[in-house]
Amino acid sequence: MLDARIPDGPIAEKWGRHKFNLKLVNPANKRKYHIIVVGTGLAGASAAASLSEMGYRVSSFFIHDSPRRAHSIAAQGGINAAKNYQNDGDSVYRLFYDTVKGGDFRAREANVHRLAELSVNIIDQCVAQGVPFAREYGGYLANRSFGGAQVARTFYARGQTGQQLLLGAYGALMKEAARGSVKLYPRREMLDLIVVDNRATGITCRNLLTGDIEAHTADAVVLATGGYGNVYYLSTNAKASNVTATWRAHKRGAFFANPCYTQIHPTCIPVHGDYQSKLTLMSESLRNDGRIWVPRKKDDKRSPDQIPESDRYYYLEEKYPSFGNLVPRDVASRNAKAVCDEGSGVGSTGMAVYLDFRDAIQRDGKAAIEARYGNLFEMYERITAQNPYTVPMMIYPAIHYTMGGLWVDYNLMSNLPGLHVLGEANFSDHGANRLGASALMQGLADGYFVIPITIGDFLARSGPSKVKPDHPAVQDAARETRERTDRLVGLKGKRTVDEFHRELGQILWDKCGMARTAAGLKDALARIPELREQFWQEVNVVGSPGSLNQVLERAGRVADYLEFAELLCTDALHREESCGGHFREEYQTPEGEAQRNDEAFCYAAAWEFQGVGAAPVLHKEPLEFHEVHLTQRSYK
Amino acid sequence: MAEKTINVTLKVWRQPARGAQGRFETYQAKRIPTDASFLEMLDIVNNGLERNNQDPIAFDHDCREGICGSCGAVVNGRPHGPRRATTLCQLHMREFKDGDTIVIEPWRANGFPVIKDLIVDRAAFDRIIQTGGFISVRTGQAPEAHSTPVPLKNAEEAMDAAECIGCGACVAACPNASASLFTAAKIAQLCKLPQGHPERTRRVLHMVRTMDKEGFGSCSKQYECEAACPKEIKVSNITVMNREYLRALLKADA
Repeated sequence: MLDARIPDGPIAEKWGRHKFNLKLVNPANKRKYHIIVVGTGLAGASAAASLSEMGYRVSSFFIHDSPRRAHSIAAQGGINAAKNYQNDGDSVYRLFYDTVKGGDFRAREANVHRLAELSVNIIDQCVAQGVPFAREYGGYLANRSFGGAQVARTFYARGQTGQQLLLGAYGALMKEAARGSVKLYPRREMLDLIVVDNRATGITCRNLLTGDIEAHTADAVVLATGGYGNVYYLSTNAKASNVTATWRAHKRGAFFANPCYTQIHPTCIPVHGDYQSKLTLMSESLRNDGRIWVPRKKDDKRSPDQIPESDRYYYLEEKYPSFGNLVPRDVASRNAKAVCDEGSGVGSTGMAVYLDFRDAIQRDGKAAIEARYGNLFEMYERITAQNPYTVPMMIYPAIHYTMGGLWVDYNLMSNLPGLHVLGEANFSDHGANRLGASALMQGLADGYFVIPITIGDFLARSGPSKVKPDHPAVQDAARETRERTDRLVGLKGKRTVDEFHRELGQILWDKCGMARTAAGLKDALARIPELREQFWQEVNVVGSPGSLNQVLERAGRVADYLEFAELLCTDALHREESCGGHFREEYQTPEGEAQRNDEAFCYAAAWEFQGVGAAPVLHKEPLEFHEVHLTQRSYK
Repeated sequence: MAEKTINVTLKVWRQPARGAQGRFETYQAKRIPTDASFLEMLDIVNNGLERNNQDPIAFDHDCREGICGSCGAVVNGRPHGPRRATTLCQLHMREFKDGDTIVIEPWRANGFPVIKDLIVDRAAFDRIIQTGGFISVRTGQAPEAHSTPVPLKNAEEAMDAAECIGCGACVAACPNASASLFTAAKIAQLCKLPQGHPERTRRVLHMVRTMDKEGFGSCSKQYECEAACPKEIKVSNITVMNREYLRALLKADA
């Protein structure tokens, strides 16, 4: 049932052979096909623009006022590509190998190799679009090493790489919108997937300005709606990022894979108050020059500049001499939690560690550090009112990215024919842990280079959809969406939507965060349905459905989180091993590293919805490793 | 942990819908932590309004990291508030004193009609970009990235201009509600790069024409835009735009 459609042949030839074997849509026939793309981040904008350039008619839906505001814009550090411009031994194969290993052997080899192959095309495309990547004096592109890589393969645009890549894709999308080949639907939130005869044929959405519920039909639907990190309430995600589109598709039959693979980013500004609305990431490029430490003695209250070298515990450098401060994100985060849990944490809450630039400033000079990280230092100072040139930064891990997502095959199509899922919204390329500077790479690979080719195979085989807007299933979906919205607006209890969201987030952070146990997860699984019940009794949704209503928007998303959270914990409970971002305390090596169980869990867990509160059905896609040998990850 | 808090009085522009009559409403924001951001202060006020079954203040926001360009309001007469080079989401309440009165209004410009409260319609910016704010390269057409070196100075200047987040503060700050800084930033970015040259003539003519058509005023060199810009985009970009425009007018192939 779960056919990943991985092509035959040697790993380096799979994508090439596959492209040849795919069916094509004749150029003149492409105009006949209408494709809905939901989301305008890197994956969605690049897909919508590229599909339109090929001749398909595209409708682009997004929740913001402009496509340029999607959350890809906030990515700071960079994008990986196997260009080997630094002559340091990089190659497509090395990027592939690093990514499979970094994902703790829980990603699909064939997808990852394709990603590494396409990485070089992405850089070419973006440079041609006018993306102002960092350059050297000679005019050639600059690189840095990033997030656990021992080669310098990361391309960047100051600390705003995501912004510049997204503006490139946005420009391409605007070009196609001006041609009339892409129709833009701003301020629309997708609320349901329309499925007729086991084929995804459209979506319902709410016009966030007028409150109108709309139904749109198409020959194929592409979801590029990002991740679900905001289920934790506090995360580095933008406030509007949400699980609704993928969750509603899941409720219509799309399998949700590996939801327990969540990434906790090691370098974020620590939590400082209960009014806090989100957490702010400090790019992990800071770890190239900053040294992470805590006082060697517990409860050492001296200010950091009074603590001599001998009393500083550079725990990453001591434990992982070859990678030091550049260990992958999951390892860095877990170690920060460990030292804080032992009582060595700093700051007023004790839930922070130092990220210190003193030595780098002494070595390279303040000007050099300012040139590298000036905007990040400014951002830190704006938020904390502390000057990181003189006082070490304080950081703590925070939810940042979700590797899990809707299950897709090699063509990026879900188990529901016609439904394609790109970027963070799918599950396919990062396994149990994503390496730094790989999210931008995946979003653009999927959107620019994979989906434009693979979607043709589906359309050529399936032909145009016969479902028109007056089809009863379309009318039913619109009516159900309207009823659910009306039901939410009818809730006039005493508690605010945010109170429920915070409470859910706290349960998940405590029980399904950086470290998980069977007992904790069972506790969460008992409390989440109770909270969901309370939500539908006690929440207060102010205002009416027929106009701009931001409370209603949030209420709908939180209602979905309250359902999704159960699947997240179910998956985490079932996976009785530790891997990547999923750390079960029961399963660790004597040194405290993640202990996988390849005998029993070397598969992608794809869950099938059975009803709210009902146990989902597990489908397994076995993961086969022909190139990279399964080993214990070591960064010592 | 004991945290410092302040009490402030808010005078907020409330307008139920596009074209509807609006007015200032007064709210008391009590015990606001000074470490809270300006938007978190509004969250606190809105949670109080929700508890009293009142319509919360509508405002656009998303990343709360100063990069998406969603948020923005005129605070005490200044777009994005008193702190230089700072978006509203990155402004913190430590910039205010206990007992302050804070006046909060939406961007006001012909090109940006108010949708509700502090939310304005900035679709005109997308329409300006649609007429030329890109390089027309289809996916797959790109040559090898290193085939055209770009002098470091040009790359840096292009990046300086490219940092624009499209928030609209420049328009809100300008006495003429001109969109010159926004438009010029994109024109300057693309004309600093060799990849942008083939379309430079068409680009500047179309984008300037669209800017005028959308109801934005002309630049009369007040430099208020640069002072308000959270990304410190320089007015020298407008000089680049004007030079490009003149060049384009003189070219026969325009």
